[in-house]
Amino acid sequence: MDNKSKRKLNRLLLWIAVVVILIAVLAPFLWLVISSISHKVDLTSVPLHFFPKNPTFENYLKIFFGGRGVTDAASQFGQCTINSLIVAFFVTLISMVAGSLAAYGLTRLDFRGKGFIGTSIILPQILPPIALIIPLFLIINGFGMVDTRLSLILTYISFILPLVIRLMMGHFASIPSSIEEAARIDGCTRIGALMRIVLPLSAPGIAATSIFAFIIAWNEFFFALIFASTQSSKTLSVLVEEFSSKFGSDFISMSTAGVLASLPPVILALIFQKFIIQGLTAGSVKG
Amino acid sequence: MIDSLPSNRSLRKRLGLFFLEKKNGVAYLLLIPSLVLIFGILIYPLLYSLYISFHDYLLTKPGIYNFIGLANYLEALQSNFFLKSVIRTLYFAFVSVGIELVLGLGVALVLQQKFRGRGVVRGLIILPWALPTSVNGIMWKWIYNANYGVLNALLKRLGLIERYQVWLADPTRALHFVMLANIWKETPVGVLMFLAVLEQIPRELYEAALVDGANTLKKFWYITLPLLKPMIVTLAIIKIIWAIREFDIFYIITRGGPGEGTSVLSYYAYLNSFKFSRMGFGSAIAYLVIVLVIFIGIPYFRYMRKQEVD
Repeated sequence: MDNKSKRKLNRLLLWIAVVVILIAVLAPFLWLVISSISHKVDLTSVPLHFFPKNPTFENYLKIFFGGRGVTDAASQFGQCTINSLIVAFFVTLISMVAGSLAAYGLTRLDFRGKGFIGTSIILPQILPPIALIIPLFLIINGFGMVDTRLSLILTYISFILPLVIRLMMGHFASIPSSIEEAARIDGCTRIGALMRIVLPLSAPGIAATSIFAFIIAWNEFFFALIFASTQSSKTLSVLVEEFSSKFGSDFISMSTAGVLASLPPVILALIFQKFIIQGLTAGSVKG
Repeated sequence: MIDSLPSNRSLRKRLGLFFLEKKNGVAYLLLIPSLVLIFGILIYPLLYSLYISFHDYLLTKPGIYNFIGLANYLEALQSNFFLKSVIRTLYFAFVSVGIELVLGLGVALVLQQKFRGRGVVRGLIILPWALPTSVNGIMWKWIYNANYGVLNALLKRLGLIERYQVWLADPTRALHFVMLANIWKETPVGVLMFLAVLEQIPRELYEAALVDGANTLKKFWYITLPLLKPMIVTLAIIKIIWAIREFDIFYIITRGGPGEGTSVLSYYAYLNSFKFSRMGFGSAIAYLVIVLVIFIGIPYFRYMRKQEVD
């Protein structure tokens, strides 16, 4: 085989590999999307139609606006979306404010107890969630706060705040401290230098970490399963699961809710992909 | 006389009032919000569950602590269910992670090549990572469905099965199907991290190797692989730890069934604490998982601490 045909063969193999990868990544989710725009007849026929004859968006309208034959789960969709948004927003906000300050202290200052904090922020990375869920449930139950959004916000902070601290430490470490020192010689206080110099410079890092924190809070399942039992705090990720277990075999509504619940994290991840990759690499291996 | 009086500074130190030191002051001010949160919702709860793990504490009888020493731990270690869960969990973790790493490396090497639309394909790779675990769970449960599942339809169309199968009816098979769902979701993290490392390998290394007459396989074996090694080790350890803790996907797809067939450690602890209300026993299992994880995680833990505290 001459060089040219060898190169052609390599190209062909590369394209086959790319197509296989694309199918493997997309097909399962595509099937969920297809299911959500199908009629029941399409999905229950044997042999199956892999694509519905008359695709419909009726299921989406039903979930948003109600209507005939809306299941109990579907009627909770709006409230659970609001819960997910509120919980993810406040978890991100609180963790970002507290975490950025702490991360700055940990990267720039030397003080007693630093090692202890450095160790405890790695804990959530290795702890099984159940080890935290059991005691937190007993404590929060003692305060009569189970099934509130506040209980979810607080418990999520237990693993998102340490993550934020670790990610922000990486960003702060990448800002040369000489800039700050110059500001301090000019009469800026430590806090002043943080507010006026360091935070503006680390805006991309703050954005990246916030998006990361939001996605993880939005996607969380185990804590919400235990702490949220009714509409007053139930998040979308728990509701989506209930479509497949509690409410019989309404595969179409289940798929519709699944697609909708995935939209915020998927869209954020696709738009801010660079940030996410940074977060993933910094989150486990720094640098 | 006067010399023997402690100076202000060392007196403060002796009394443990080191936070009054000026140098420490700003640091503690910055750290107070996080310290309060971390202590209140992380450290204290962990110590509390260690405490209950030595008690026969029932969810149905709050406030009644019945001290039983190590009985919960001994019961777990002597229980067949527990030991089977350990083996199942380790099997799940090691096999899934092994496959994820090999697949992840393979996909990363393909996506590192230059081809039209590479940016788009690389972008889409993140999709499984971004999906909520519960959506991933219901999605695969629906794909595996015995009556209307697309897996059955597809395999039948291809002539690989005669009639529709109940995929999750057999414990071993169910475990492997849960693994497939998990591998699908977890592989992209590996791909993205391998790609990040591959990007940083200088072209000159490969060019020099080409001059020396190395073929593709040799270049991979002597240049790419050694440079990827730290990432492979780190990924292997974190991913094994993540997999040992896995709960969501088992809860959603199989509820630990059929029978006890796919009950992994986290699920077993959940079942005992929240379904059988045995919070003490559940906590003991959680702590045994922590011991297992620490054992595997020691190298990673050291590495991280060195990176972050220094």
